[in-house]
Amino acid sequence: MAKVLVVTSGKGGVGKTTTTAALGAALAQRGDKVVVVDFDVGLRNLDLIMGAERRVVFDLINVVQGVAKLPQALIKDKRLENLWLLPASQTRDKDALTEEGVGKVIDELRARFDWVICDSPAGIERGASMAMRFADEAVIVTNPEVSSVRDSDRIIGMLDSKTVRAEKGERVEKHILITRYDPSRAARGEMLTIEDILEILATPLLGIIPESQDVLRASNVGTPVTLSNTEGAPARAYTDAARRLCGETVAMQVPVERKGLMDRLLRRRAA
Amino acid sequence: MEAAAKPQRQLVRLRGRSYVAFVFVPTVPIQDWLQEIDATIARSPGFFVGRPVVVDLSSVDLSQSGISHLLASLGDRNIRVLGVEGVEEARLTPAMPPLLSGGRDTTIAPAAPKKADTKTATKPTSLLIEQPVRSGQTIIFPEGDVTILGSVGSGAEVVAGGSIHIYGALRGRAMAGVNGHASARIYCQKIEAELLAIDGFYQTADDIDEALRGRPAQAWLQGSSMRITALN
Repeated sequence: MAKVLVVTSGKGGVGKTTTTAALGAALAQRGDKVVVVDFDVGLRNLDLIMGAERRVVFDLINVVQGVAKLPQALIKDKRLENLWLLPASQTRDKDALTEEGVGKVIDELRARFDWVICDSPAGIERGASMAMRFADEAVIVTNPEVSSVRDSDRIIGMLDSKTVRAEKGERVEKHILITRYDPSRAARGEMLTIEDILEILATPLLGIIPESQDVLRASNVGTPVTLSNTEGAPARAYTDAARRLCGETVAMQVPVERKGLMDRLLRRRAA
Repeated sequence: MEAAAKPQRQLVRLRGRSYVAFVFVPTVPIQDWLQEIDATIARSPGFFVGRPVVVDLSSVDLSQSGISHLLASLGDRNIRVLGVEGVEEARLTPAMPPLLSGGRDTTIAPAAPKKADTKTATKPTSLLIEQPVRSGQTIIFPEGDVTILGSVGSGAEVVAGGSIHIYGALRGRAMAGVNGHASARIYCQKIEAELLAIDGFYQTADDIDEALRGRPAQAWLQGSSMRITALN
């Protein structure tokens, strides 16, 4: 059974695209056939994070409008056999997404893949609502700060009312993924704690991704973080999250960076 | 099915049925009478739409062309004539509605609006929400109380004609007694509200006693001041 998963947040810059690429790669590594779809029409990024920006010919809008066939627009990942990308258009805007067209593309993708992961743009307008429209499951990416949590709450409300499943009286299965989490800052009270966030959002937790330089490094070289440094804390956290998405029970923990002695002695250059 | 169905003889059944029709009794001068009809239509457009109409010609003496002219004038006003009464058959042409006889008077009861009244009386006076109210959502229920099993998120809004009961944290806005119901109250298990209002009197987060934050609380009106106290 193909599953359509939307990665969304409401707020921008919390890590939706990083999460889409990382989860997509982690699921593909498990052997599932995965496609990641960029819905951020006009401001596409997923192609860069996936390192496929030089191979984009046709895009989602071309397929939605019937200019290109789906196989022409799908880009196969160079590292993983069963990971594919459907890029967004950079020259159009979100109004080019029609519900009918998106529905047809999603149906076609369902027939070809085990996972269809939709990378939602920020905001609550057309792009975001089209990305979540046909979803079976949702990963809500949240940073441990009040503005991000409130926006996530708003998005959960939309998932419960504006999706096809909600309109049929069914439920979209929702998961919270906390990113950019810094245990030491949370301990000092400079961030919302995990308990605070879950209490406000009243939605199950999928995973906690620690703040790490790995993420920035991975996006700069165009590799999903789960493929670039598989031993790094964020990679392990994303891999655990992917296993939970597949129904496995994995103990929840905040992975920490494994630091050597020298790292600990010489933590940061003084100003 | 390949086999051709044998033509079966259909029995024709004739049944009698009676209908209630409006009876028009035109009077001379016809022009004035038509103006009366126009006035009725102007007062309630659609009054005659879909209703059977019979024209009783017993109080006027019209020729065939006169009858035809009268029927045409009614037709122009979208009044369809079902039959004609009180005239010799010889004055009617085959194109005109048929001659009727044997009609009995009935009183036409106005469509009963009573049913609708009883319905509004049994309308529910409380609303139960079983999920959390998320940021950006609004619950409006001017008819009475609202009960929420779950939290009200920051940026969400609950508006009730009666009291508001929240079995969870209240982080958004709650407005009770919006129709001038000063005895309405707001109850919640954890008060972190952005705004509380009862019958138009409101307090914002800044006005709420810091010592109450995060505790179960209720709010009510005492005259024109809002009181917020901890529950138990």
